[in-house]
Amino acid sequence: MPRIRRELYSKEICSCSIFGAMNQGGERFNAAGVMRAIANMHVRGNGLGGGFAAYGIYPHYSDYYAFHLMFTGKSMQDRLEAKAELEELLCHKFDVVYDEEIPHEDESTMIDPPLIWRYFLLPHKRGEEEALSDEEYIVSKIMQVNTKIENAYVFSSGKNMGCFKGVGYPEEIGQYFMLDRLYQAYTWTVHGRFPTNTQAWWGGAHPFSLLDTSIVHNGEISSYGTNRWYLEMYGYACTLQTDTEVIAYAADLLMRRQRLPIDIVAKILAPPIWNAIDRMNQSERKLLTTLRMVYGPLLMNGPFAIIIGQTGRMIGLTDRIRLRPLTAARRGDMFYLSSEEASIRLISPELDRVWTPNGGEPVVGELNNMRTVLQ
Amino acid sequence: MKSFVFPEFQIIRDEEKCGQCRGCERQCAFGTHTYDPVADRLISDETKCAGCQRCVIFCPKHAIVVRPAPSFYRPNASWSREKLDDLKKQAETGGVILTGSGNDKPFRIYWDHILLNASQVTNPSIDPLREPMELRTFLGAKPDIMDISAGDGKVEIKTEIGPNLMVETPILFSAMSYGAISYNAFGSLARAACKSGTYFNTGEGGLPKEMRQEFGRCAIVQVASGRFGIDAEYLNCAAAVEIKVGQGAKPGIGGHLPGEKVSQLVAETRMIPQGTDAISPAPHHDIYSIEDLSMLITALKEATNYEKPISVKIAAVHNFAAIASGIVRAGADIIAIDGLRGGTGAAPKAIRDNVGIPIELAISSLDRRLRGEGIRNRCSIIAAGGIRCSADVVKAIALGADAVYIGSAALIAMGCTLCQKCYTGKCNWGICTTDPRLSGRLNMDIASQRLANLISAWSHEIAEMLGGMGINALESLRGNRDHLRGVGLYEWELDVLGIKGAGE
Repeated sequence: MPRIRRELYSKEICSCSIFGAMNQGGERFNAAGVMRAIANMHVRGNGLGGGFAAYGIYPHYSDYYAFHLMFTGKSMQDRLEAKAELEELLCHKFDVVYDEEIPHEDESTMIDPPLIWRYFLLPHKRGEEEALSDEEYIVSKIMQVNTKIENAYVFSSGKNMGCFKGVGYPEEIGQYFMLDRLYQAYTWTVHGRFPTNTQAWWGGAHPFSLLDTSIVHNGEISSYGTNRWYLEMYGYACTLQTDTEVIAYAADLLMRRQRLPIDIVAKILAPPIWNAIDRMNQSERKLLTTLRMVYGPLLMNGPFAIIIGQTGRMIGLTDRIRLRPLTAARRGDMFYLSSEEASIRLISPELDRVWTPNGGEPVVGELNNMRTVLQ
Repeated sequence: MKSFVFPEFQIIRDEEKCGQCRGCERQCAFGTHTYDPVADRLISDETKCAGCQRCVIFCPKHAIVVRPAPSFYRPNASWSREKLDDLKKQAETGGVILTGSGNDKPFRIYWDHILLNASQVTNPSIDPLREPMELRTFLGAKPDIMDISAGDGKVEIKTEIGPNLMVETPILFSAMSYGAISYNAFGSLARAACKSGTYFNTGEGGLPKEMRQEFGRCAIVQVASGRFGIDAEYLNCAAAVEIKVGQGAKPGIGGHLPGEKVSQLVAETRMIPQGTDAISPAPHHDIYSIEDLSMLITALKEATNYEKPISVKIAAVHNFAAIASGIVRAGADIIAIDGLRGGTGAAPKAIRDNVGIPIELAISSLDRRLRGEGIRNRCSIIAAGGIRCSADVVKAIALGADAVYIGSAALIAMGCTLCQKCYTGKCNWGICTTDPRLSGRLNMDIASQRLANLISAWSHEIAEMLGGMGINALESLRGNRDHLRGVGLYEWELDVLGIKGAGE
C-alpha cells in the first residue's frame, strides 16, 4: 500500500485592512473612491498584497463566466507554457467567446508581475459531466486547474464580476490595473495586506473568490486545519496557501450548494456561545444546537473580519468575540463597510448612519432592484 | 517445589517508628505482614508483596517503605530480570502468566513526542478566565447536509438528526464492569459522570437494577460477547449502547471473571448463577462478519426505538481503519478505538504486551481514512488506551478524535497504584475486587469527588491550552493537526500522524 504523505501545508498569517462600497440602487462607479479610502489605511498593510473585487464590470459579457487567470513561473517561457496547457483544457471543456490580456500599466513599476489573462466562456459539458450543473462543472474545473496545472491559477470566475490582485499596496494594484479609469462597478471590495510569514506571491493576495463569491479578510483562522479537512471532504482543494480560501469555500458550500440563507450561514461561521443558546426559546435553541452539531467543523475560530461580495449583495461579518474591527455605514443608496470609520468619512463625510456590528452578527447590503444591473 | 523467583519488592520497616499497631497486617489482603506476638514485632514476607503501597500510605507512623528490589542477576540486555522471572514462574506452574492494567513496555509514547501550538501577536490568545471557552461535544452521527426551509423570518429544520450524546467535556469513563471492579468503584464512576456532565461505561457486567433510574441517563451500556445482564430495561435506561468487539489490552481475546468474584449481587446483575465463572468468548458467537455486526447494530437500534446512539468498540490493530470504516457503513454512530496501552482487569501478559498499535497513530489513521471516504460526519471517534493527562486529551482531539475514554486514569484518581494485580481479586484499594471487606474501603462520596475533581481539573487545563492556541470552541480543534508538531520522530511516523516536525 502506498504511504500517504504528510499533509504538509502552510497557512499564512496576516493583518489587514478591508473596505467595501456598494451602491444599492445599482448605479455603477469607478474605483477612484475606494482606492483613496484604502490608501487611508496604508499602515494596516505592508505592501505585500492588495486586491479588489468588482461587481457589474462586464455588462457586455454578463451571460459568460469571466475567468481571470494568473500564469506565474520564473521565466516568460514557463508562463507561456502554463498558458498553453490551460488553453488546451479550456478548448476541450469550454466554449471561449473572448479572451485578452488584462490591461495594465508599465510592468516595471511592480514586483514580479505574472501574466494575467481573462477568458469569457461557457461550459461545454460532455458525457457523464452533462449531469452536473454549470456551477458544479465550473468549480470542478477550477479545482483541476489549480491543483494540476503548474503555474496556472484561476483567481476569479464569476459572471459580470472580476477580481484584480497582486503584490503591492492596494492603491498601487488599483493603478496598475487602471481600475479608476477602465471599470464601473456597483460593488467594490478592497483589501490591503500585511502578511507576516509567507513570501509574497500574487496568488496569495486577496480577494479570494469562487464563482461570484469573493472574500476579503482581516485576521487569522485558528481553526484552519479543521475547516480544511471538512471542506476537502466536499471536494474543495485548498491550494492557495492561505486561510482566507477556506472562508470562500465555506461560503460557496453553504450558500450556493446547500442554499442556506446568510443569517444561517453567519450562525455557522460565527455561532453564539452555548450559554446564550441554552437561554433561548425552544425553537431557536433547537435550530442553533443542530447547526453547531452539524456544522461545528465550519466554525471559523480566531480573529476575523470579512467582507463577502456576491452578485447583488455585500455582507460584513466578524468573529463571535469580535477580535477584528468592522464599521458599517449608509449614505443614501451607498452602503459602506470598513476596518476604520475614517476611511468611510474620507470619501463620504456626511453619513446617514454609522454603526459597529456585534460579533457574529452579519450586516447585509442588497441591491434594491436586481434588474438595474442585469440590463 | 521451591520457587526460584526473587521477590519483586523490598519492604523496609523502621523498627524505631513502628508501634506494632498491626495496621499494615489488616491493610494487606495478600498477607504480606504478620504479627509475631512472642517478639512483639511485625514480620513482612516480601514474596507476597504486590507493591501496591497501601500499607505505606496507611501506616500511622510512616514506618514502612516499599520499593522495587534491585536485581542481582548478572546484567543482560537480552535476558532482562522480567524475562527470567516470568520464565521461572512458568517453569514452576506450567500456566499462562496473567496480569492486569495496561501495557507497561517502553513502546514509543507518541504523546510525549508531540508539541502544541500557541498564539503570538497575529492571533490573540484567549483568556479562559475572562472569555467563554466551550468544551461541549456531541457524539453520534451527523448529516452531511441540513435541509432548512426559511420564509418570513421563520427558519425550520427539515433534516432529522439521529441521536447524539452531549458531553460538557470530552472525557468519558471507559468500560469497567461491575464484577471486575467493586460495587463502590462502579458506583463512584456513575456518580462522578452524572455530576460532571459526562458518561460512564458499564462494561460488560450489566447495570445493577437499583442504579438504573438514577444513573442510567449518564450510562453507556455495553453489549459484549458474554451478553451478561442484558434485557430491554438495561438497554433503554441508558444514554447509549456500545457493542464491545475488542479491547486494547487484549485484542482477539475474550474475558474470564473467576467464580470467586461472582458474588450474589454480581450474579444477579450479570444474570448468571452465583459462584460460576463468567466467560466472555473471544468473538461474539453471532458476529462472524461485518454483515452480522450490521444486524446486531440494527437489532439494538430497534430495541431502543432509534433513540440511542450505537457505539462499536474495537481494539486498534493493524488493519483496523478499514474495518472501522466498514463499521461506520454498517450503521454505528460512534467508533471507540482502544490502543496498545489500554488497561484490563485480567489478560495474558504475552497478549497485553505484544498485540495492537499505539492509540496516537490509530486516531490519526482512522480520522484520515474516514475523511478520505467522506464519511467522517457519519460517526464520532472516542479514543481510549493510554490517556494520562489533559495534554494527551488535547493532542488526541487535534489528531482527529471527538472525545476520549479514560480508564486507568480514573482508577488512579480513586487510589489505584497500577500494581497490576487486578486479576487476583485482592485489590487492597477496594477498587478491583468484590470482597466486601476490601471494597468497603472505597468511600463512594470521597471517590466520586476525586473523580469529579479530576474531570474538572483536566477541563480547566484543556481550556487553558485551547485559549493559548486562540481557539474558544473545542470543535475547532478537532482534526486540526496544524496545531501539532512532532519532535524526535521518523518521517514515516510524522506521515502517519499527519503532522509537521517542530520548526517545519
